[in-house]
Amino acid sequence: MKTTNALESIGTEYRYGFRDPENYVYKSKKGLSHEIVEEISWMKGEPEWMRRFRLKALDIFLSKPLPWWAARLDLLQEIDFSHIYYYIRPTDKQGASWDEVPEYIKNTFDRLGIPEAERKFLAGVTAQYESEVVYHSIREDLERQGVIFLDMDSGLREYPELVKQYFGTVIPPGDNKFAALNSAVWSGGSFIWVPPGVRVEIPLQAYFRINAENMGQFERTLIIAEPGSFVHYIEGCTAPVYSTNSLHSAVVELIAKKGAHIRYTTIQNWSKNVYNLVTKRAVAHEDAVVEWVDGNLGSKLTMKYPGVYLVGPGARGEVLSIAFAGRDQTQDAGAKMVHAAPHTTSTVTSKSISKDGGRTIYRGGVWVKKGAEGVRSNVRCDALLLDPYSRSDTYPTMEINEQNVSIGHEATVSRVGEEQLFYMMSRGISEPEATAMIVNGFFEPFTKELPMEYAVELNRLIQLEMEGSVG
Amino acid sequence: MADTSPILEIRDLHVAVEGKPILKGVSLTIHKGEVHALMGPNGSGKSTLSNTLMGHPNYTVTNGDILFKGESILELSPDERARRGLFLAFQYPVAISGVSVVNFLRTALKSIRGEEVPVREFRKLLKEKMALLGMDDSFAGRYVNDGFSGGEKKRHEILQMAMLQPEMAILDETDSGLDIDALRTVAEGINKLTGPNLGVLLITHYQRILNYVRPHYVHVLVDGRIVKSGGSELAEKLEAQGYDWILRELGIRAEENKGDREEVLV
Repeated sequence: MKTTNALESIGTEYRYGFRDPENYVYKSKKGLSHEIVEEISWMKGEPEWMRRFRLKALDIFLSKPLPWWAARLDLLQEIDFSHIYYYIRPTDKQGASWDEVPEYIKNTFDRLGIPEAERKFLAGVTAQYESEVVYHSIREDLERQGVIFLDMDSGLREYPELVKQYFGTVIPPGDNKFAALNSAVWSGGSFIWVPPGVRVEIPLQAYFRINAENMGQFERTLIIAEPGSFVHYIEGCTAPVYSTNSLHSAVVELIAKKGAHIRYTTIQNWSKNVYNLVTKRAVAHEDAVVEWVDGNLGSKLTMKYPGVYLVGPGARGEVLSIAFAGRDQTQDAGAKMVHAAPHTTSTVTSKSISKDGGRTIYRGGVWVKKGAEGVRSNVRCDALLLDPYSRSDTYPTMEINEQNVSIGHEATVSRVGEEQLFYMMSRGISEPEATAMIVNGFFEPFTKELPMEYAVELNRLIQLEMEGSVG
Repeated sequence: MADTSPILEIRDLHVAVEGKPILKGVSLTIHKGEVHALMGPNGSGKSTLSNTLMGHPNYTVTNGDILFKGESILELSPDERARRGLFLAFQYPVAISGVSVVNFLRTALKSIRGEEVPVREFRKLLKEKMALLGMDDSFAGRYVNDGFSGGEKKRHEILQMAMLQPEMAILDETDSGLDIDALRTVAEGINKLTGPNLGVLLITHYQRILNYVRPHYVHVLVDGRIVKSGGSELAEKLEAQGYDWILRELGIRAEENKGDREEVLV
């Protein structure tokens, strides 16, 4: 029983690494300057406050050091910020039907299965290519109910007051160096507003595609769920395989008002040359629920810690994440839960797999503020190592300033067990298939939270990649 | 027996674990339709034999051979052995979290048959076999051995046997850890599956399961060798008098707990 063979192939195949020729209407000069930021703002025809917001953020970015605590500070230090294209406009027009999207871009999204998924089970889609959203649609019935689902730029144009009221309030530019960078050069992303009491039962989806080499993608998403409303938003991401690196640095802000419920699902499958440095945070008011369902399958280095500020009594926050790190990959991911009101609850479930020397890190924190009585929080992280060369670390933080609380933290590290493989093989199941089942089973708490189609795709991906190696 | 060639033939089998010899020349021949009981004190090598027959990578065959349907299977991986019709009911089945019983069984059956099993046929078969073992429908949705009671684990092993329909089944201490009711249920399940098309090797420390599953032959394994063989009366004598008389007869001193690989796992 040669355990290594079957395990080698997991995650080594990347099916979305193809690229299109560049045929863009605008591509900024390489590098970052006040001039480029001004140019982006001018091209977008933004209000003055946003232009100032960007310029101030740029100054913060330039003055802030890299996060000293990063597990792979060495990799962060390799990023050459002067070598990145910060803004690329692939086309001048946003399509409301796929026919209006330039042929080659449409073909790309076809290959990624977006139009098909849209027909089958989505209520609205935005597709972002480089810096701009090239396709956008929303079902009429949602529009009639007053749901706003736009790309962020259109949101700013059409609802300037609403955007101004919330933009940057959950994650100010000074939060961290990469949030500052995003604030300076952001483009695209989604803007969603759900009216009071409206439940958007079918998911809204955004799809992000990087195509150009040395590209920086900085989308900005803001979701506001008014009291008693519900929305499920899904995002997916891929990029071509290049020998040089690209940077994806998003900022996502969620606001769940009293009794509202936001579920935010990410299936990130970047190619292995992408730095994925994302800041995601939510504010949950009284009795609101915010769930981050976060799948990190690709990238060179991911740093991402979705957070929920529980500011109203009875609010609930949940992070359910999986991470997969193969050769030359580091997944530094986790969760932040801040309990600032009584009787708030949080649950964090993190599952990670490392192989071929890949590194997974759980970095998370639970904070309970004075006066937040009756708080309950439970953190569980499980790491699965597929070989002896891989690594997994856990860095939990806890700061509890209240007596009457219940806090749990549990972490496990295990290897794909020889006994499990033997047991399954003794039932006739081949070793690669048995390994795939163990891996899928390990991720099951995650996949069962995904819409059916995504769960099937995720399982199929793992299965395919493992069978591929046996030859 | 219609077919006179043995289903399983173990020839002078020597097995070492981490360099330490455990089996020191075991020979045993089993035909279809026969139930053989293999009894022995703790540490005698019973589980080593079952694991070796199924092809566990940690058990090294240093001498001898295992023939299944007349062909050596020493070079075959566990899944290849299973696909040829060999089955092992585990003493300590491991949990596989996130994998449901129904998914596990369907994958196993597909692998054994070498082709996809139509959903309707599979469902019918599963319902039928679960009813045979008195199992509730909800069982199929649970994760394999995850949080199962001792009785559920053993019934699940027998359920797999019923689904996969092997030609040769090794039951490794299927009676251990069961109360009397669970034991009866499991034993009745085994009895429903035995017949002219199945060879059975029932490995046990105690005689009590043999009150329900009557063996044609009983063998006693001591210190890596079969030291005595007989009919079911041998099992009764062992139950009444323990293993000491055999050990005395052989001039071996009983050291019940030395290097005990099988029970430390409990």
